[in-house]
Amino acid sequence: MEAIIRLDSIHKRYRVGEVDVHALRGLSLTIERGEFVAIMGPSGSGKSTLMYILGCLDRPTSGRYLLNGIDIGSRSPDELADMRNQYLGFVFQSFNLLPRTSALENVALPLIYSGMSAAQRTQRARAALQQLGLAGREHHYPSQLSGGQQQRVAIARAMVNEPPLLLADEPTGNLDDQTSRDIMDIFVDLNQQGKTIVMITHETDIAAYAKRMVMLRDGNVVDAGAVR
Amino acid sequence: MKLWAAFRVAMQALRKNKGRSLLTTLGIIIGVAAVITMVALTQGAKATIEAQMMSLGGSVLMVSSSPTARGNVSEGASSADELTAKDAAAIRSLQMVTHVSPLANTTQRVIRGNRNWSTAIVGASADFATINDWWPEGGTFFTPADVASAETVCVMGKTVANQLFGHQRAIGATLRIGRSTFRVIGVLSPKGQTLGGKDQDDLVVMPYTTLQKRLLGGSRLDNIAVAVRTQQDLPLAVDYIAQLLRERHQIRPGMPDPFSIKTQLDLTQKIVAIVGIMTVLLGSIASISLIVGGIGIMNIMLVSVTERIKEIGIRMSVGAKARDILLQFLIESVLLSLGGGVMGIVLGVSVATLASALTQWPLRVSWGAITLAFTFAAVVGIFFGLYPARKAARLDPIQALRYE
Repeated sequence: MEAIIRLDSIHKRYRVGEVDVHALRGLSLTIERGEFVAIMGPSGSGKSTLMYILGCLDRPTSGRYLLNGIDIGSRSPDELADMRNQYLGFVFQSFNLLPRTSALENVALPLIYSGMSAAQRTQRARAALQQLGLAGREHHYPSQLSGGQQQRVAIARAMVNEPPLLLADEPTGNLDDQTSRDIMDIFVDLNQQGKTIVMITHETDIAAYAKRMVMLRDGNVVDAGAVR
Repeated sequence: MKLWAAFRVAMQALRKNKGRSLLTTLGIIIGVAAVITMVALTQGAKATIEAQMMSLGGSVLMVSSSPTARGNVSEGASSADELTAKDAAAIRSLQMVTHVSPLANTTQRVIRGNRNWSTAIVGASADFATINDWWPEGGTFFTPADVASAETVCVMGKTVANQLFGHQRAIGATLRIGRSTFRVIGVLSPKGQTLGGKDQDDLVVMPYTTLQKRLLGGSRLDNIAVAVRTQQDLPLAVDYIAQLLRERHQIRPGMPDPFSIKTQLDLTQKIVAIVGIMTVLLGSIASISLIVGGIGIMNIMLVSVTERIKEIGIRMSVGAKARDILLQFLIESVLLSLGGGVMGIVLGVSVATLASALTQWPLRVSWGAITLAFTFAAVVGIFFGLYPARKAARLDPIQALRYE
């Protein structure tokens, strides 16, 4: 079976003001279906850039990225949007929920862009919230929820369209230790249910929940790790 | 994304900022209301003018001695351009003519006991009442026999009656004009003011023969009022009467008419044309406020896009295409302007109704104005919404997501 992620000598350059940044320098990495990979590295190692490329939010300057066997480099912005919608779920450090919007509507957001009917959206979003133990909180605004609850809403949103791949960017960065462990348990559960998870973190104890650790330095993989 | 879903997303966003949404639409509300009110009021004024003109006699024409011609005519012709009772009789014999009234005017002091009042004295025939559709509310109008024998009788307008008699009974009383004494036989029903503010009830009407004999001397008439069978007869009647008068007064071919013949139609058409220009003018001035309103929407939408960069990034990260974002913001601004349009129509119709009640003008809220104002509001919404919406749609998803 085709690997879910295949990166082949990926380069990414961009300009920040006057400075030319060479964020990724010929990075290659393969992630198989069902893996739970933690990507680690010091700041400036290219973690975030890699995350944006994996998340189809950005395209590599050169190199090849196959997501689910589809070459991302040759896709139009609209096709990338569809890829994000169908194949990917994001979980961010800062939750990134829409303010003054109910948990239910936040979770249903990706389904709007899949062209699903309103009734179906509500049903799916309700089920996703329930699965993450948030039944009864459907009509709460993010501001009325704790950090852990907000991150669970975000995970429900990432899962609601049943994508095969979950991308998490420092998902516990804004949470206390106990809540962090709860969230990681959810990821472990999801992984056991067959989701592929790629998580960026700089905390070793959080990375320990993953099955494989990939170390980045200066825009390249220094240790691709081994599956535990 | 389906259009309906985009519509719902936009509605939600507007509902979350109710106060701001309302304030944003205020410009459009006022603009649409202004257009509708302006057009309704000018159209109402036009209808009033038309109605008044027609009440003056839709099928009436007025022959007047032309003052310009009079100045040009050499001596010896002084009687050639005078209208006389014989001219009136000749006009009466035309087939399409139903009523004729010679008219002579003067202004004199009317004295009754210790009260007096300076007013217009009109000499007319018994047809005067029919031609003007103006009848006494008390007493009678004078008869052809009164005219034939130049009886010293008169009929007065309501204003004169009020000035001279107050609450006393005027009919049967006598009054003095110049050196003659007249018996009041009727008081005309009140007609009110013209649009120009002239009091139509400030006059005394008497047989033109009496006026000529007692107050003016001579046989000259100022005008001849002519009623024809129908309004359609008017143009032909004008030609016939002109020809008739040229023959009677022996005007050589090529010489200008010494008389002018005017119909109410001419005047009405002129006034209606002027009011039409006013409608366009006032409507366009009001439309400017619609454009200003549109700029207001654009400003707020630009602020809204900046405020919601993060939201745009989140939507893009879960699969929103540039087109979806564009549609969402465009629908928001179109909803704002259309909402403003609907509220503006309600406000405009209310204001026009109120103004109509205050001015007594008939209300003419035209569907044309409503459609125009509403369409214009929608176009303004699209036009001024496009720039902010494009700005939102062109955001880079990564930049937008990172935005704090």
